Amino acid sequence: MSIGDKRQRQAYDGIVVAAPVSVPYERYSPEPAHWWLARALSGLGSASGVSPSDVDGLCVSSFTLFPDTAVGLTQHFGLTPRWLDHIPTGGASGVIALRKAARAVQSGDAGIVACIAGDTNHVDSFRAMLTSFSRFSQDASYPYGSGGPNGSFALMTQDYMHQYGVQKKHFGKLCVAQRSNALHYPDALMKTPLTMEQYMSARQIADPIVLFDCVMPCAGAEAFLVMHEDQAKDMKLPFARILSTIERHNAYPDDPVQTRGGWSLDKDELWEQSGVTPADVSLLQTYDDYPVVIAMQFEDLGFCEKGDAGAFIAEHTFTFDGSFPHNTSGGQLSVGQAGAAGGYLGLVEAIRQLTGAAQQNAVADAEIAAVSGFGMINFDRGLCSAAAILARQE
Amino acid sequence: MVEPLKKPPKKNPQKRTVLPTLPPFARSRRALAFTAAAAEGRFVLQRCADCESVCYPAREICPKCWSPALRWDDMPDGGQMIAETTLRTSINTYFRERMPWRIGTVQLDAGPSVLAHIHGDVNERSRVRVIARTDKSGQGVMIALPEKETPNMADDRQLRTLTCDPKFRRVLITDGRTELGQAAAKAMVDAGASIIFVGIAESWRPYPGKEALGALPGVEILPLDITDTISVQELAGEIGGKTDILINTAEHVRPGASMERDGVVTARDEMEVNYFGLLRLIQAFGPGMRARGADGDNSACAWVNLLSVYALSNWSAYGTTSASQAAAYSLSQCLRAEMAGSGVKVVNILFGPLDESWRQPLPPPKVTPERLARTVAETLQQGIETVALGPVAEDVMRRFKEDPLVLERELSQIQLG
Repeated sequence: MSIGDKRQRQAYDGIVVAAPVSVPYERYSPEPAHWWLARALSGLGSASGVSPSDVDGLCVSSFTLFPDTAVGLTQHFGLTPRWLDHIPTGGASGVIALRKAARAVQSGDAGIVACIAGDTNHVDSFRAMLTSFSRFSQDASYPYGSGGPNGSFALMTQDYMHQYGVQKKHFGKLCVAQRSNALHYPDALMKTPLTMEQYMSARQIADPIVLFDCVMPCAGAEAFLVMHEDQAKDMKLPFARILSTIERHNAYPDDPVQTRGGWSLDKDELWEQSGVTPADVSLLQTYDDYPVVIAMQFEDLGFCEKGDAGAFIAEHTFTFDGSFPHNTSGGQLSVGQAGAAGGYLGLVEAIRQLTGAAQQNAVADAEIAAVSGFGMINFDRGLCSAAAILARQE
Repeated sequence: MVEPLKKPPKKNPQKRTVLPTLPPFARSRRALAFTAAAAEGRFVLQRCADCESVCYPAREICPKCWSPALRWDDMPDGGQMIAETTLRTSINTYFRERMPWRIGTVQLDAGPSVLAHIHGDVNERSRVRVIARTDKSGQGVMIALPEKETPNMADDRQLRTLTCDPKFRRVLITDGRTELGQAAAKAMVDAGASIIFVGIAESWRPYPGKEALGALPGVEILPLDITDTISVQELAGEIGGKTDILINTAEHVRPGASMERDGVVTARDEMEVNYFGLLRLIQAFGPGMRARGADGDNSACAWVNLLSVYALSNWSAYGTTSASQAAAYSLSQCLRAEMAGSGVKVVNILFGPLDESWRQPLPPPKVTPERLARTVAETLQQGIETVALGPVAEDVMRRFKEDPLVLERELSQIQLG
């Protein structure tokens, strides 16, 4: 007998996101994670006019906050929330924070939820984080060369390329386009153009992964607010609507190597609930710690068939003014990977695009944004997948 | 194809000795069962006693049926390479010093897919054989080997980090007066050791096999009496900096339980050789070996203790000897902890009754000195740390693992003859 819930999921009617905040990244920072999260929170205040007493919900993601969790931050930041969450899903934390906060607001458990993510990057903190990332990685992957995510993604990339015929030049095209986008996003850490020739001749890091396939760990923070649209209108805040979201963990546990993510289990529900189709999407923000994951997201979210990512990449252009605007701020590959804030980067950028806050990299007539997250290489694969469809205010 | 290992050049004494760094040491408590089996050369994974599925990495319950009844079972070693990479950077200093480094995903015949080190002769998407061994930090890891033997297979540089191959290494055998010591010297010659230092106490006293021992290529006979602190220190002063493998063949064995002894003279002799002798060797040779764990292709790599299996649990027929062996075994555990950090493995070969004069009345099966010596060589070549040798030792070890308290009762019932 199969036990299952057959109820229809509720829509997110009336629940909106607003006040996209990015605290400019730094390669290394002597400041603690608390400093970065604090800047994100005060950025929310500046962007929206909310003060500590207005925020009654707080959602935090950070890897480097030790010894604190979200609880300690309430006192530190002068908040007295009636709803609190701490989300440890790394690259999926943005979308997951969004959907949890949305339900909290929808049910009335909270009125205004501040979602913040941030991490610092001291000179040795990336190594320290990898050393004790998870029990499975400690027992079963870190001892094998300690390549960190480079090693895990190299294996996924190798098998994915073998199975689906996607080529290095396809990955290169994505990386080059993202760098081009980053040159129009002032806070990106990568400030020099990248050519296809440079990509194709780049230094090998973990075959077949090359230097430009890898993100640069850095310090940074991102934030947004979740509230009811009436509230946003009262505050005269531009906002974006939440059409649908999905979340999944440990999908396809028996795949020997990861070549697909949990999105493909849930994509039908994602599109069905949103009332739009992949063709309606004005811009897509994927989680891009390595290009292979972008290709998987194109397929598993339904922008193309499984195995067709190579052709899809060949046929489109991915700059903010291209035929398929993608990772319009440059993504983590060109902006930098600020720990858990990396899981917020695409979502915050999507909110900017839909609320008219994007500057030189604005996508023309952006109506619908798809945002996707992917997180936590626990042993040999990313466990968390999530996605959201957002729409412009009107 | 793996290039054959070249004989390491003579070391330039003005050059700094490379200090040992280590691969990651941290493991969960659950994963230590994998390490303990790997130290015996066994490849085990958790199998669910209820649904029979095999899982990896180490878990607390079966992920298929939530049964807590997971037992560590020996697994078939076959597998299929499905993805591989060559790492060119690492955040870990040990691997960084050894780049490039191959790792890959192996779909095991046993069920799970695992991450493993890869031998240089493994081809893309080929069938492999997976073995588990302890690495330089003493923790269990897997390496995928070609399914069939290849030329110079043991010389692969990634495999060599897991083994203690005597080839081109310099070995000290602490007592060459016995058949065992002489067989060990011969076994090391056969294994390709470059120099075999053999210790002889009171060299003016004749002993059988002396000429044959001296005639073995690479053998250097040196004065060593492990009951004499100064003698041990003097030899360490001379060869401590170039002792890559130490094999302690010295033992003092006398039949008899406590009440069969008159006073402590015999027991003291046993302790003097079996326990204090080992302690003197550790104090004199340990620090030098520990510092040389990463000193090139002929780095210090192994300390071998040859102990009666009754070190695990006392057999009253050799009651006081067993007690001294237990002390030595305990000290070997201390040594293993002290060597952690150096990459030098502490190898304990626990043998059943040895075929030599002080154990003459014991019934078969017995272990010949040649067999024990050959096992030392094989154990080093394979990088194994714990061996129970011979049917008696295997039997005692099995019972010891099942329940040491029951073993104690069983041994008290076994009478000699």
